[in-house]
Amino acid sequence: MLTFALRRLLMAVPTLLFISLVIFLLLELAPGDPVADMPLTIPPEVREKIRISLGLGEPMHVRYALWLYNLFVTEPSYWIDALFGTDLAQGSQRIISFQTRAPVFDTIAERMPQTLIVVGMGYVVGVLIALPIGIISAYRQYSVFDQIGTFISMVGFSVPTFVTGVMLIVVFSVWLGWFPSIYDTTLQVTDWPSFVKQMRQMVMPVFVLALYNAAQISRYMRASMLDNMTQDYVRTARAKGMSERVVILKHVLRNSMIPVVTVIALGVPGVFTGAIITENVFKVNGLGQQLLLSIQGNDAPMVLTISFIFAILIVLFNLIADLLYGLLDPRIRYD
Amino acid sequence: MTDLPDSLAAARPPRNQWWDVWDQFRSHKGALIGSVILALTLFSVLAGPWLWGVDPTFINIRMRDQPPSLAHPLGTDQLGRDMLARLFAGGQITIAVGMTAMALSILLGTLIGVLAGYFRRIDGPLMRLTDLFLALPLLPLLLLMVMLFREPLVGSFGPEGGIFALIVVAIGVTSWMQTARIVRGDVLALKEREFVLASRSIGTPARRMILRHILPNVMSPIMVSATLGVANAVITESALSFLGLGFPPDFPTWGRLLNDGLAYINLSPERVIWPAIALSALVLSINYIGDGLRDALDPRIRGR
Repeated sequence: MLTFALRRLLMAVPTLLFISLVIFLLLELAPGDPVADMPLTIPPEVREKIRISLGLGEPMHVRYALWLYNLFVTEPSYWIDALFGTDLAQGSQRIISFQTRAPVFDTIAERMPQTLIVVGMGYVVGVLIALPIGIISAYRQYSVFDQIGTFISMVGFSVPTFVTGVMLIVVFSVWLGWFPSIYDTTLQVTDWPSFVKQMRQMVMPVFVLALYNAAQISRYMRASMLDNMTQDYVRTARAKGMSERVVILKHVLRNSMIPVVTVIALGVPGVFTGAIITENVFKVNGLGQQLLLSIQGNDAPMVLTISFIFAILIVLFNLIADLLYGLLDPRIRYD
Repeated sequence: MTDLPDSLAAARPPRNQWWDVWDQFRSHKGALIGSVILALTLFSVLAGPWLWGVDPTFINIRMRDQPPSLAHPLGTDQLGRDMLARLFAGGQITIAVGMTAMALSILLGTLIGVLAGYFRRIDGPLMRLTDLFLALPLLPLLLLMVMLFREPLVGSFGPEGGIFALIVVAIGVTSWMQTARIVRGDVLALKEREFVLASRSIGTPARRMILRHILPNVMSPIMVSATLGVANAVITESALSFLGLGFPPDFPTWGRLLNDGLAYINLSPERVIWPAIALSALVLSINYIGDGLRDALDPRIRGR
């Protein structure tokens, strides 16, 4: 198990390097120029100086190596400095955004909480809805509940989040006026009324994401429960005279959770990347919205760093899913 | 040759296996309703512009922001263009993008899957490549590709053709991985079967082996992937258009219409609702068809 984990971790390094290279080259090959948006009155020699000050004077491979060095050496040393008050970084150059001229990671740190709260909550709520629906659907297969549940999960799976989001805005913001359609990013939760306000503006984005995630997970949960329900050990448990509750919730559920847990783990990075759309529908100032803004603004360091964070999440959670599968199911041997 | 006993021949008349598939498909109610909805959508999108006959790009600024009326059953947009005509035009592009992107993704997926499954020497590298693609953050990458390569392609192929090619290629090269994995698995299993051994023993070259014996036997998973691939491509294209990185407003897709309507959501929410319903109905019906097809093409479930 340990050797497997180590081998997978080692495998992840070239994968991540390859991904960062792909994104870097994509940005390089693009015709966009970060100084193109500046006023035309800037004389050419000053413009050239601005380009050099942005680090664009160096050849391609030097810039790529520099970015890697900054990401893995300079930035962590700044974090360690901030945590322990040491002086490892000694004022060296950080990764700077072209647009804001501020360190990329400062912006990411500002944006991360909104993404985590709204999008993370959406995922958690989705999982919490999906599990009971999947269990009941499987236990009462072909019942009315199952039919409706299957239909709703098909709808949630098929209808993209930007459609559900917009429909919710039409119904609950435009017609009924219950919830605000735009996420107020300046709101600070200090007392009870502001907390209620925060909850109200979170309802719709969380619901949209929850429906989408619940649709997929409940289908897996149902299929997995159905697979286990016909197994011999279930009949044995019933023959021993165990109550239906114990049979379903202890014996069947525990075994059915094995594949579902890995599916849940695999879905986590998708939550971050998929949330780009939801964040844009409700104007939540999270990471996804920042990524879109940076892509539109030709802000190469920001795009590269955020995309790379997404890639790390994907690789990391793939690894976690594999390890979880091995840990939960003793029949799986990795050696 | 011995004749079959009369009773047996009467009980099971010989028939094409596709009739069995059709029988199974017919018993899946959702798939059947889905097919009807898909046929209706296709018909209205293809025949609609011909029957309705209003130019979707005709700007009549005096008639802007009209509510639904007899002249404009779905109203008009902020430039006075007829929404019904725009919905038909948008549907054509949406479906065309979905189909073409699916074809490209299936082609790539099948090619890589068959090569990886059939030739052991390139199996490892091709599957590592697939894993790499699966680890890519796809949506950010798609956004990046579309944003960055928009201008040069529009310059060389014109606004419609350039963006069409860009989006189709972008979706195609980022969605072939599942198909490749499924096809590879099936090819690996097929390769060990006796008929492949028999055919190899008479000296069939690899190319003919793949085309005559392997490919026809992996058609079922490919068909299911193709169906679901259309749904996926339609959703991805609409997402790009919705984020303002897809087709320009002159060549609207349903995602683009949704995005355009969003600014006027307080004034006329129906401008958002119609494309949303069309898009959802299309994707939902395709997904149901894919579900039914998966059951129908699986001989273990068929005839149960």
